[in-house]
Amino acid sequence: MVEGLLIGLQTVLSIKNFLMVVGGCLIGTFIGMLPGLGPMSIIAIMIPVAISIGDPSAALILLAGVYYGAIFGGSTSSILINAPGVASTVATSFDGYPLTRAGKAGKALTVAAIASFVGGTVGAILLLFFAPALASVALLFHSAEYFALMVVGLSAIAAFAGSGQVTKALLMTVMGLMLATVGEGAQFNLPRFTMGLMDLQSGIGFITLAMAMFAIPETLFLVLDPSRSDKSGEGSSKIKDLRITKEEAKQIAPVIARQSIQGFLIGVMPGAGATIASFLGYAVERNIAKPSDRDLFGKGSVKGLAAPESANNAACTGSFVPLLTLGIPGSGTTAILLGALIALNVSPGPRLMQDQPEIFWSVIISMYIGNVVLLILNLPLIPYIAKVLTVPRTFLIPFILFFTLMGAYIGQNNPTELLFLVGLGVLATILRLASFPLAPLLIGFILGPMLENNFSRASQLYDGVSFVWERPMTTVLLAIAVLLIVLPSLKSRFGKVKFFDV
Amino acid sequence: MWEKTCITLLTAHPADRLGGLKLRSGGMNIEKAIALFLALVLAVYSYTAFFEMDYLLPPILQRNPVWPSTFPKILSVMGLIACALVFLNIEKSEKQVGDDLDISNWRAYKIIHAFSLIFGMVVYALVLRPLGFIGATFIFLFASSLLLGEKRYVLLAIICLISSLSIWYLVDDVLGIYMSPLPSWLSTR
Repeated sequence: MVEGLLIGLQTVLSIKNFLMVVGGCLIGTFIGMLPGLGPMSIIAIMIPVAISIGDPSAALILLAGVYYGAIFGGSTSSILINAPGVASTVATSFDGYPLTRAGKAGKALTVAAIASFVGGTVGAILLLFFAPALASVALLFHSAEYFALMVVGLSAIAAFAGSGQVTKALLMTVMGLMLATVGEGAQFNLPRFTMGLMDLQSGIGFITLAMAMFAIPETLFLVLDPSRSDKSGEGSSKIKDLRITKEEAKQIAPVIARQSIQGFLIGVMPGAGATIASFLGYAVERNIAKPSDRDLFGKGSVKGLAAPESANNAACTGSFVPLLTLGIPGSGTTAILLGALIALNVSPGPRLMQDQPEIFWSVIISMYIGNVVLLILNLPLIPYIAKVLTVPRTFLIPFILFFTLMGAYIGQNNPTELLFLVGLGVLATILRLASFPLAPLLIGFILGPMLENNFSRASQLYDGVSFVWERPMTTVLLAIAVLLIVLPSLKSRFGKVKFFDV
Repeated sequence: MWEKTCITLLTAHPADRLGGLKLRSGGMNIEKAIALFLALVLAVYSYTAFFEMDYLLPPILQRNPVWPSTFPKILSVMGLIACALVFLNIEKSEKQVGDDLDISNWRAYKIIHAFSLIFGMVVYALVLRPLGFIGATFIFLFASSLLLGEKRYVLLAIICLISSLSIWYLVDDVLGIYMSPLPSWLSTR
């Protein structure tokens, strides 16, 4: 391992590769801040640039830097304007945006920066030591378990939606899964639910749906109620106060430590990834918090902000484990990275560590350096980043809408996609007015194809659904999923214990 | 008509509200109305999954335990159950979460502005190709800012022009994603 580390250090510390890390982080942060432009679209856009570099280690280092930068930038837009460009920073906005509206945007950004830094660094250290061991655990999972694991993930998200919200969240999850079946999937090569429209042949774009669910309702709310943006204006005037108190540091330290490890472990599981890690991290921290602290969650709690931030960064690092050691992408973003690697003539898998150690180790080392670069770059830049809040709303709103439209257009290069975006955005606004949670819909949409693929594969192996009771692990996981849904609903119905109270 | 429906939805008396919003006429709140609407969507989806998809399947694939319609069928059943649960208010949801707008106070909100911006986005989508990126973007940004009450016309025009030109340059030249800058009848590419 020491030998590997030295090879990695040698590769990363060349001037060219170091510039790749810095450049990648910068590009990622700035583009990731734009609402709607998440790591997936940024990495997809950067692939031609990376391929033109030619050197696989340099290209992968650049793309990995862009990835961390985008997650970091995504949290910034979640906190400042409640427009998460990425599903994994949705949980960040739960407490980050209330903090901004309370005039503590600077503090929120500092907490996010520190939590991300620790989460990412702890993730990188764990990856270094546990990659081979964790890969062998992940190898024990078959498609039946992957299927059950995703069902648990989706149920957990619905269960954690809060009191009186579980059935609504469940309905939204099913809606997301349904939207994912639209189009011609790779599995069957048959167009499904396209209503004969050519524009639906390739399905609904993830970026389009993400922006329709988050950026458009938020912007329309800003338009409907001008006082909302005035409140953000008040917040920005106090942006200079970046410091966090000793008390707050004490509060968030154990949260960050727990969530860095939990986030990493969730990130390693394919299909789970940063999104589930951030939601689970948030839910777990809320449920184990003291009742007085729990009441603050959702209203601007620093714990509620630190939990998803450290979890999602640790999970991003964790998702590299299955990619680098098994060649299986754990998330949409790592799937795009897998595509880039194949284009660069590198086949990730168990042999990567032996055949091309410089690639494997340089990516791991670039994670440490990337995290340091992000902390050094972002903390001093926070007051400037937050200047986006002082832009008058007559300029801000048209530009947010325009970037939202551009994000959907760049992804698909098709004006019809913009009509889908507007239609879905209006629907999402109405759903939000009726307090239907929208995040489960998007997560259902992301996990939908993977869920169906694993379900089909397991059914084919067992010639039916007997895998549900023939594989004990699957049975246990599915039972957990049912309990997760039923318990809070029953509790809410009979009002005995408010366990999942928001 | 759409606006009228929304205003009808928004005009319910605050006392009628439970969780979301009650419609006076039908005594149905907005959550139930949405559940009903989604149930209709699900009905169409289920019909397609159960009756319209399987005949497309080649005979060889019919031996597979999983058909393209299998997963949608499961989802249809689950979705209809979830709709029924929301409609019957099985959980007794009583409060709104988050900091969302209080719709009983709709008169205070700028509904006309919101609808105009939605309309503006639709128009932008329709004229993006015929007018070209630069023209369409300039008009969209300029008109939306005017609508929201911007009075500094010259500054606004300069900002809109610089942003549409620079974003076009970034996307087209730097990122290499082709976007026609000029109206379709002037474009040479």
